[in-house]
Amino acid sequence: MTVIAELWCVGALLGIAVLAAFIGNARGATVALYSAALALSLAGLLFALHHLLFGAAVADITLPLGLPWVGAHFHVDALAAFFLAVVNLGGASASLYGIGYGRHEHEPLRVLPFFPAFLAGMNLVVLAADAFSFLVAWEFMSLASWALVMAHHKEPGNLEAGYVYIVMASAGTLALLLAFGLLAGPEGGYAFDAIRAHKISPLRAGLVLGLALFGAGSKAGLVPLHVWLPLAHPAAPSHVSALMSGVMTKVAIYGFLRIVFDLLAQDAEWWWGVPILAAGGGTAVLGILHALMQNDVKRVLAYSTIENIGVIFAGLGLALAFDTNGWPAAGALALTAALFHVLNHALFKSILFFGAGAVLTATGERNMDRLGGLIHPMPVTSFAFLVACAAISALPPLNGFASEWLLFQAILLSPGLPHWGLKLLLPAVGALLALAAALAAACFVRVFGIVFLGRPRSVAAERAVEVDRWSHAAMITLAVLCVLAGILPGFVIDAMAPVVQSVTGARMPAQASIEWLSIVPVAESRSSYNGLVVFFFIAASASIAAYVIHRFASGAIRRAPAWDCGFPEQNPATQYTAGSFAQPIRQVFGTYVFRAHERVEMRPPGDPGPARFEVKLHDLAWELMYTPIGNAVSLATTRLNQLQFLTIRIYLSFVSFALVFLLLVLALWQ
Amino acid sequence: MAVILDLATQGAQMLLVLLLAPLLTGFIRKLKGRLLRRQGPPLLQPYRDLLRLMRKEAVLAENASWLFRVTPYLVFAATWVAAALVPTFATGLMFSWSADLIVVIALLGSARFFLALAGMDVGTSFGGIGSSREMMIATLAEPAMIMIVFTLALLAGSTQLSSLAGFMLSPAVGLRVSAGLALIALVMVAIAENGRIPIDNPATHLELTMVHEAMLLEYSGRHLAVIELAAWLKLLLYMSLIGCVFVPWGLAPPGASTGEEVTGAAAYIAKLAAGGVLLALFETSVAKMRIFRISEFLGAALMLGLLGVLLLFVTRTLQ
Repeated sequence: MTVIAELWCVGALLGIAVLAAFIGNARGATVALYSAALALSLAGLLFALHHLLFGAAVADITLPLGLPWVGAHFHVDALAAFFLAVVNLGGASASLYGIGYGRHEHEPLRVLPFFPAFLAGMNLVVLAADAFSFLVAWEFMSLASWALVMAHHKEPGNLEAGYVYIVMASAGTLALLLAFGLLAGPEGGYAFDAIRAHKISPLRAGLVLGLALFGAGSKAGLVPLHVWLPLAHPAAPSHVSALMSGVMTKVAIYGFLRIVFDLLAQDAEWWWGVPILAAGGGTAVLGILHALMQNDVKRVLAYSTIENIGVIFAGLGLALAFDTNGWPAAGALALTAALFHVLNHALFKSILFFGAGAVLTATGERNMDRLGGLIHPMPVTSFAFLVACAAISALPPLNGFASEWLLFQAILLSPGLPHWGLKLLLPAVGALLALAAALAAACFVRVFGIVFLGRPRSVAAERAVEVDRWSHAAMITLAVLCVLAGILPGFVIDAMAPVVQSVTGARMPAQASIEWLSIVPVAESRSSYNGLVVFFFIAASASIAAYVIHRFASGAIRRAPAWDCGFPEQNPATQYTAGSFAQPIRQVFGTYVFRAHERVEMRPPGDPGPARFEVKLHDLAWELMYTPIGNAVSLATTRLNQLQFLTIRIYLSFVSFALVFLLLVLALWQ
Repeated sequence: MAVILDLATQGAQMLLVLLLAPLLTGFIRKLKGRLLRRQGPPLLQPYRDLLRLMRKEAVLAENASWLFRVTPYLVFAATWVAAALVPTFATGLMFSWSADLIVVIALLGSARFFLALAGMDVGTSFGGIGSSREMMIATLAEPAMIMIVFTLALLAGSTQLSSLAGFMLSPAVGLRVSAGLALIALVMVAIAENGRIPIDNPATHLELTMVHEAMLLEYSGRHLAVIELAAWLKLLLYMSLIGCVFVPWGLAPPGASTGEEVTGAAAYIAKLAAGGVLLALFETSVAKMRIFRISEFLGAALMLGLLGVLLLFVTRTLQ
């Protein structure tokens, strides 16, 4: 039975974590432990895929753990199996990468025990089938990842990142705790089966939706709950960053799906899609605009994760809007698009973080303005990174495009919705998603162009050497998967059909039987896309062009100094930097979004002092939301602090006042 | 037999666009010259330019990477495939179902992505200027284009270009406000995407005002020839797109006779000529914009597209 097999994998991962705490410093421990994690993740992946592809029945089990009158329920249904597959695919690739990357770790004991524990925690969240186990697993996952964020606690900024992360994670868990409390009601049936059977009032259901959006959304990185994410994800070691960005955010999406689409499915109302769509569209654009303004490679990637989470949430909101308005077939299309994007983002974001880790190993730099020209010393890394950049920018025929295309097709179905609010919102969401996709292309041209192309901007970048073969294996495997999922999207859609069927009650038409392996979401006269044909079409055209050119044109090549309009400048500092590349986009969007302010200070003629240029950007989420909250908390604690320094007399009078007050309340109550 | 015929029609379309693209550019250049009371370059000059560039050796910068050498072919292939997917003289071509209008836009996006990377490869400041500006323009032009696609798709109930053209030929179309808005927005986007005046000047030799040309500064010889041809193909593609969606008359339906296809080809050439005349007239009568005015120009296109979509979303219920 799948659930038992998966639980054994989790148990073994926890065992490795304990073992690592003892032998982590031994020679060869890094390789052995990551290999074990790789094997267990692969096993978990196989079990999950088997469940998903061969349509096994829902498997559940109750263990005598946890709360005495509830027990610990675990299950594997289609939804859980899909997310288990994503978690374990990410876990396996991160472990493979870790075999090579982990050797550069100075203090392996700070990483090795927590890495398998983190994997186990994410698996457990997906496996849990009652509120108590779910929350325990959720918190375990948060704490394990927090420990990994704090692995390099001596680097500047990491302590702050860890602090913000733990505060936000706790707030999120609190929201989920309250959500489950409302779901279970005073009778307290905490098993998911009991919750499903328990119908609650519309007001309460709306409250649960809000709490789930807050709890899962803060973990996933919805704006404005995203502030911890760009701090914490880059602070962790790179393979953990890949897991946090590529996989943990997906576990949060699983939590949201489980609560809203499964446990609350009976109570959903037509307007529920609206806040999710609005949050998704806004998050997508704001996330990628922030990404364009950053200079730290890993921080750019973290902000781009926020963008992709926005895209996924927009898909989920659309699915809910269709579902609750009695159009499950369209809901199935939107949900398929969202789940496809979940898988795609896990694939390409992992490659990108692995690539950033490889650059960090090779140069010791994360600041783009001190990198450049790495395509020459690091050919394999740069190639995998390029594939991921193209995929995340939604370029055909790669996988990112396939899921965006499906999402656009779903949006095009939406004029059939009956409610005006949705009708007016959806074109705007479509425009926001298109804007986010175009900005993502600009963002990743910038990342690849500054880091891998051009001339080295520092000595470290000049002396970079290619990284180990384990890292290459992880990146290339995922890059191949990106291409495969892009040119054969029909198979991925079919594999997700049971998931979509179990959630929305409908599914997209079977795609594998369509001739030439096209995908046809609704009807062929409406729209169809064939990644395979487009791929071969491009390959054939490029080959014909290359053949004709090499047959008939001059094949001579001469290497010469760069032309640069006749004034080549030797100093690499004259190249475009990350900041200058983003300057036009900052001018167009930054005035509104960041209240960007540029100051140019030119010396008068004859003054030899340097000219200065300064840009000031404001993060409005921090300034409008978190700073006031932080100030209020700090003010309240300062005031309350005085209570610590009173005399015993006053404390005793407080006690008696409290007693009198409570007695009065009790008297009036009756 | 039918398959071979289909394949031949598809091949004919690919060859046709490839052969006509330099001619269209030559025609526009000649016309612009005449409008400025100059002699103008000969009509066939672009072909001669291509042949001359092909014969020359390619000079590569010392630190140019493999990406720099591969990009011309990728850009050309993506643009050529996109141009082959837009109906020119006949609809229902063999591969038209393999990609819809969104894919065509995204293919052009791929070409731009790699061209912008190639601009940054050598590490010169002009290449960086070009790439950065090109991507800024794209961040506005692409969403505007997607909004136009949404408008058309909601009108016709399909993103498939063949179905779209078929719908536009049918009497069900009538006069639509949203289609008009989409046409205006599409023309604006086409001007921006092809780097024409007032967004960019294809003939400029003043480096600081260049966008598209700045990315190509380091290219020479056969590489430059391929990229130039891709740029001309892109111009042809946008004209064909506007033609097949808004002036679809003369398009041969699927399974048409050879006679109809010849009529379609004649109509297509007439449409291209008309488009070329209009573009040349427009370009000689306006001045180039400053780079940061572009955002207003394209923002207007985006809003027009969005307005068109909103109108359709709203009117759908009133019908």
